Amino acid sequence: MKFFPKLFYKYRKIWKIIKLYFIISGPGIVVMIADNDAGGITTYAATGAKYGYNLIWFLLILVPVAYYVQEMTVRLGAVTKRGHAEAIFDAFGSFWGWFSLFDLILVNWLTLVTEFIGMTAALNIFGVSPVLTIIGVCILMGIMVFKGRYWTWEKITLLFCLINLIYIPGAFMVHPSVSTILHNGLKPNFPGGFNGQLFFFLMANIGTTIAPWMLFFQQSAVVDKGMKEKDIPWGQFDTLMGSILTVLVAIFIVIVTGTVLNGTDIESAAQASQTLMATNKYLGTFLAIGLFDAGLLGAICISLASSWAFGEVFGWAHSLNNKIKEASWFYANYFISLVSAALVVLIPGAPLVLITLFVQVIAVTLLPAALVFLILLLNDAKIMGEYKNSIFQNIIGTTTVVGIIILSTLYGVSVVFPNLFK
Amino acid sequence: MLRTFFQYNIKKMREINKKYSTPRIEMSGAVKFSLLILRLYLIFLVALLIFKFISLLQ
Repeated sequence: MKFFPKLFYKYRKIWKIIKLYFIISGPGIVVMIADNDAGGITTYAATGAKYGYNLIWFLLILVPVAYYVQEMTVRLGAVTKRGHAEAIFDAFGSFWGWFSLFDLILVNWLTLVTEFIGMTAALNIFGVSPVLTIIGVCILMGIMVFKGRYWTWEKITLLFCLINLIYIPGAFMVHPSVSTILHNGLKPNFPGGFNGQLFFFLMANIGTTIAPWMLFFQQSAVVDKGMKEKDIPWGQFDTLMGSILTVLVAIFIVIVTGTVLNGTDIESAAQASQTLMATNKYLGTFLAIGLFDAGLLGAICISLASSWAFGEVFGWAHSLNNKIKEASWFYANYFISLVSAALVVLIPGAPLVLITLFVQVIAVTLLPAALVFLILLLNDAKIMGEYKNSIFQNIIGTTTVVGIIILSTLYGVSVVFPNLFK
Repeated sequence: MLRTFFQYNIKKMREINKKYSTPRIEMSGAVKFSLLILRLYLIFLVALLIFKFISLLQ
């Protein structure tokens, strides 16, 4: 009879740690799972459909890549108590500050448009009109911030993060061969040889793993959450969990499309959902729900990243803990970027494909700058004190950053010159 | 109202420029080199986009 109470007391310490983690967790998990946005889902779905399980090993490499970059924003935010935009202004002066801010606002707004494209396409599969989808999303995102509490916003967002895991049961529904996954997926290989098209897919996967808004978002979220230096290990653990989860979701998407649509070329995740609907109604539904959720998570984080950045630089009240009346500029920015991006999707004949491609091009102008600033800031002893990068962190961080810059630049260039890698 | 909005924000931008006129980071050789490379990288990208734009017009 006393077995359970004994067990409870024995593991109370572990339970306390878990509880503490749930209090501290948030920015890392949210940013990483939101990274699997509408564009990300499309990339992973297309990768699986084109190359089957063969590129799973490459996705696994993205765990440390994502972790080491985002972990630096945790330390920078916790130590300086400043968002990335403000930190750039402060450390590098107004020229680089304005460049980063306006580039961020532009690329975020364009990415927001792509999230709405994904969300409307996903719900269109269920017969929901784009107008209704957009109105619903705007109302929902309004409700999330209406309370004026960071905690409320974060926990609702974490709920949407949970829905993003829908691809995991989805993968079990297609009954993939585990031995084939392990055999083809874990052994580094280049299916069909290392050609231009494969290189394009590798670059696209890297490009969707680290986006400029992620650096700005996580650092601002760490500041808004009020994390201190002592919370850094928790923030790092949170980021690690997030990077594992985001890659896990990506792998399961690859397994779904790699099993059912292997060898086909797909243009978008919505198209993949519709194709899957024909073979397995539930699976197609899962993929469509996941796509909508991915777009929603992306929209939530991206619109906030812009508002936080503006608020930090212009000195407006810019916390989710502020009520709408207290931080009117912050919330005005949030809703204006949201509604204007949504309206673009409703314009008949709007160049949506061009916008989707343009996002990649603009992103390559901002991402290298933001990453270089991050490394330089983390190496400044005056700013970071004892939390500055160690030699090991510098080797890992710099190698990762240089790799991302080269691959994302080639990806952006290949969007402008499509025949470059063919 | 629009005029007031722009006047206020232009004034605010001037204040921001003044506030952040001096970079706080220690301008070591590595920092200067990184910023130079970044400038060259951005110039290269802009040149590439201009080239693409001109070739599209032709």
